Amino acid sequence: MALYEASATQLLSQLESGEVTSVEVTKACLEQIRKHDGEVGAFLKVMDDKALAKAEEVDKKRKAGESVGMLAGVPVAVKDLLCTEREVTTCASKMLENFVPPYSSTVVKKLEQADAVIIGKTNMDEFAMGGSTENSALGKTRNPWNTSLVPGGSSGGAAACLAARMVPLSIGTDTGGSIRQPASFCGVVGLKPTYGRVSRFGLIAFASSLDQIGPMARTAEDTALFLEAMSGYDPNDSTSANVPCPLFTQTVDKPLEGLRIGLVKEHFGEGLNGEVEKAVREAVAVYESMGAKVVDISLPHNKYGIATYYIIAPSEASSNLARFDSAHYGHRCDEATMLEELKAEEDALRAAGKEAELKKLDTPLIRMYRKSRAEGFGPEVKRRIMLGTYTLSAGYYEAYYLKALKVRRLIREDYDKAFKSVDIIMGPTAPNPAFAAGSKTNDPLAMYLEDLYTVTANLAGIPAISVPCGMTSDGLPVGVHMQAPALEEDRLLRAAYMFQKATDWHSKSPSM
Amino acid sequence: MSDQYDIIIGLEVHVQLQTKTKLFCRCSTTFGASPNTQTCPVCLGMPGSLPVMNREAFQLALKTACALNLNVPRFTKWDRKNYYYPDLPKGYQISQFDLPMSEDGFLLIRDPKGQFEPKKVGIIRAHLEEDAGKSMHDEVAGKADTRIDLNRTGTPLLEIVSQPDMRSPLEAKAYLNELKLILTYLGVSDCNMQEGSLRVDANVNLHIKSEEPKKVATPIVEIKNMNSFRAVERAIAYEATRQYDEWQETGKTIKDAPKTTRGWDDAAQITRPQREKEESSDYRYFPDPDLAPVTTTAEEVEAIQNALCELPMAIRDRLHDGYGIPEYDADVIVNQGQIAVDYYEALALKTGDAKMSSNWVQQDVLRVLKERDLEFDQFPITAERLATLLKAIMNKEIDTTRAKDVFTQMLESDKDAPTIMAEMGIEKVDDSAIDDLAREVLEANPKAVEDLKNGIQKAVGALIGQAKKKNPNIDPGTFRAKCIELVKDM
Repeated sequence: MALYEASATQLLSQLESGEVTSVEVTKACLEQIRKHDGEVGAFLKVMDDKALAKAEEVDKKRKAGESVGMLAGVPVAVKDLLCTEREVTTCASKMLENFVPPYSSTVVKKLEQADAVIIGKTNMDEFAMGGSTENSALGKTRNPWNTSLVPGGSSGGAAACLAARMVPLSIGTDTGGSIRQPASFCGVVGLKPTYGRVSRFGLIAFASSLDQIGPMARTAEDTALFLEAMSGYDPNDSTSANVPCPLFTQTVDKPLEGLRIGLVKEHFGEGLNGEVEKAVREAVAVYESMGAKVVDISLPHNKYGIATYYIIAPSEASSNLARFDSAHYGHRCDEATMLEELKAEEDALRAAGKEAELKKLDTPLIRMYRKSRAEGFGPEVKRRIMLGTYTLSAGYYEAYYLKALKVRRLIREDYDKAFKSVDIIMGPTAPNPAFAAGSKTNDPLAMYLEDLYTVTANLAGIPAISVPCGMTSDGLPVGVHMQAPALEEDRLLRAAYMFQKATDWHSKSPSM
Repeated sequence: MSDQYDIIIGLEVHVQLQTKTKLFCRCSTTFGASPNTQTCPVCLGMPGSLPVMNREAFQLALKTACALNLNVPRFTKWDRKNYYYPDLPKGYQISQFDLPMSEDGFLLIRDPKGQFEPKKVGIIRAHLEEDAGKSMHDEVAGKADTRIDLNRTGTPLLEIVSQPDMRSPLEAKAYLNELKLILTYLGVSDCNMQEGSLRVDANVNLHIKSEEPKKVATPIVEIKNMNSFRAVERAIAYEATRQYDEWQETGKTIKDAPKTTRGWDDAAQITRPQREKEESSDYRYFPDPDLAPVTTTAEEVEAIQNALCELPMAIRDRLHDGYGIPEYDADVIVNQGQIAVDYYEALALKTGDAKMSSNWVQQDVLRVLKERDLEFDQFPITAERLATLLKAIMNKEIDTTRAKDVFTQMLESDKDAPTIMAEMGIEKVDDSAIDDLAREVLEANPKAVEDLKNGIQKAVGALIGQAKKKNPNIDPGTFRAKCIELVKDM
């Protein structure tokens, strides 16, 4: 097996035994990126020099018998909305095209402490808004299984670089399914942890109460390893959970006895692709053959998930993105042109004697904000800012935002009830396999429906995972989605591991 | 005060809490540092940064809430107030909207001169919020630059909102004085208006007395930019007259016009309308998803309540009732702060003469502080040392006039009164010496003796003057009594 194909767990044992060096591994990954990323476009930035320097440093430490971190020498890709000190962090937006944060996100720091080799920053939908990575203002990412298709989103680059065997571990973020849906489209494992399990400090926020950083990998073991490395309480994030972090690597291979699997009737209804349904039902059958019991359950408020999500997420986004006002950093319009335009408008209104309209004309400051934001943000970001501004505005707050909060609680309560009778809720990750690039870009609602099965885990704050579980007749991967109660990630990882022991869907790779 | 109308005044006071660090990050809050040197990704609102609440700020707010008789709910949360301004880096201010950390309290105000009836001013709420930065507009001709200093961004503010319970500029000033005193006694804020630690907005309108069954209310005006209590007093007085004139002119009432904002121009001593957009702002408040709500237990509140220091109003009563000094005296001393109270009490206990001690603190000590522009804790004579001087006066070892000279000497050295008196040759003159001196002076002044016999008391003044020339240490009172006694027998 080529080094770039190996899992992180395999690489670590080879590195430990001295069979290979981190420099060799890193070079293999960089070579794979060089060969294929022109076509895939997973990376916005590849940090060759820094990565090799870190690999060399880790190799030296190992050789000298010094203690090393739990990811020592393993290449990792970082989604480009996680701040990296002194490295451009763009959020795939023109607004932040040249933004260099003076600090690293807690997760990136943890990876550095774990001696991981950070190899580059991956592409995504602008500010994590989207389900196909087509909203990136800085480049296209394509699905390695078929480059005319999208990789999913918003962590499209994160999933694609794994599928294309460019890197064994990749960090994604998930606000409504942004880790799990691209994992499903690209045939890799993606886990959204419990809200608060992983610090959000340094994650450029989209919707703070829903955003969560999570591991993406090709195997359950790697996912466990990666989650263990990034989890833990952070005093810099007051929403981070102050609970001890379990050692997922030590439990991942323990099978779950008497597993009760809940199937949500509503998840297998209208809108679900037949081939996806077949693959998921076969996955459930695999668990049954291992002794799991299937229970039919209902999540009655699940059907309001998309509507609730598309109130709460844009509301928070409209406020979170207000800081991109071009006053302190980020894209600013050309001021001389702006002032000229303003002057011309003023003169025209004056000449026409339109005194009332003259009064409503922007001040230079307001115009600077307007123009800079108009230039800096893409259409989907603007759409959501507008939506959120509307739903939070006086007179609509009660009807939309407050109502959405109430439904959110009902959704959470549905889960609490369901988890009294089942251990895991299982179903499709996305209603369809990867779709053709451009096919949904003009229909945002159709794109939003791709999150149908995933958003409720974010609304409820519970952990969920997508694991490759089959292929369509066109040879496209399908993911099975599993959800567990809060802080029960180990249950998801163990279930995923059981499945991967019994099947080989996770080891299928695209022919590149 | 007017026969035509009542002035209705409500005050919003922003108090900067005296914490070492900001409300949601660890940056220093020290005033006067070079621009933008006390900032970090959190208070700059940099992408990815997250706020974490400063417990100390919350504790100080709780302390204030207890002192202002406010209820502290078990649960409070943080909200975002969204608006754009270059000195507001996040595009929103973290504040408290519908569930403030304290509400529904009151403050007692009283005027020692009796210019208004004592009253309870209701306090609607006190909530915590972060401050914004400072914009400095370049006023040089041809330049339109604005410079931004974000050192102040994220500084903890407590916004204390009163009921519109005050009825005169004097009451408003008394409310502010009392509030400031409480905050400084608690050590919650330094209340320095020059440095912006205490900022006041006043909501003012008039209830015009009329024949109709219903009173007529003028539109509410919010007055801003007042940088002293005196300015607040004057701005309100100005605004009352202005609103009355406007009402007479236009007849506009509160129903016809929304609340407007006016700024106080201290140089011109008038309020001016502030530029406003036509539509009212919509702050789109919503709970801040980055901050966990805060819960406070009843035990916590009780513990703070129990640990509260004695408040100014209670100290005034105690000084008045316990030491028997007039309310006015107690007020003057308490207004100087806790250090003055401690000083006064030490002095009164040492000397045993509460009123004399009060006079000395109010007149001599405060005069020196004012002349030398000192704070009370910088006053050079300790209460113990001043007590030695006062005792000498009480023992008639020195008269009041010469005591002032000794006092002046004490300011320059750390010697106590007896030492300085000895150096100046001041000593108590015994009774026989006074007797001798009185006889001698009377003998030399038959005309004065005659006058005294005829009941012209002021004649003794000249005698005291002569006697003092012979012996400056005589006690004038004793000498006067002696002369009168001797003349009776003559």
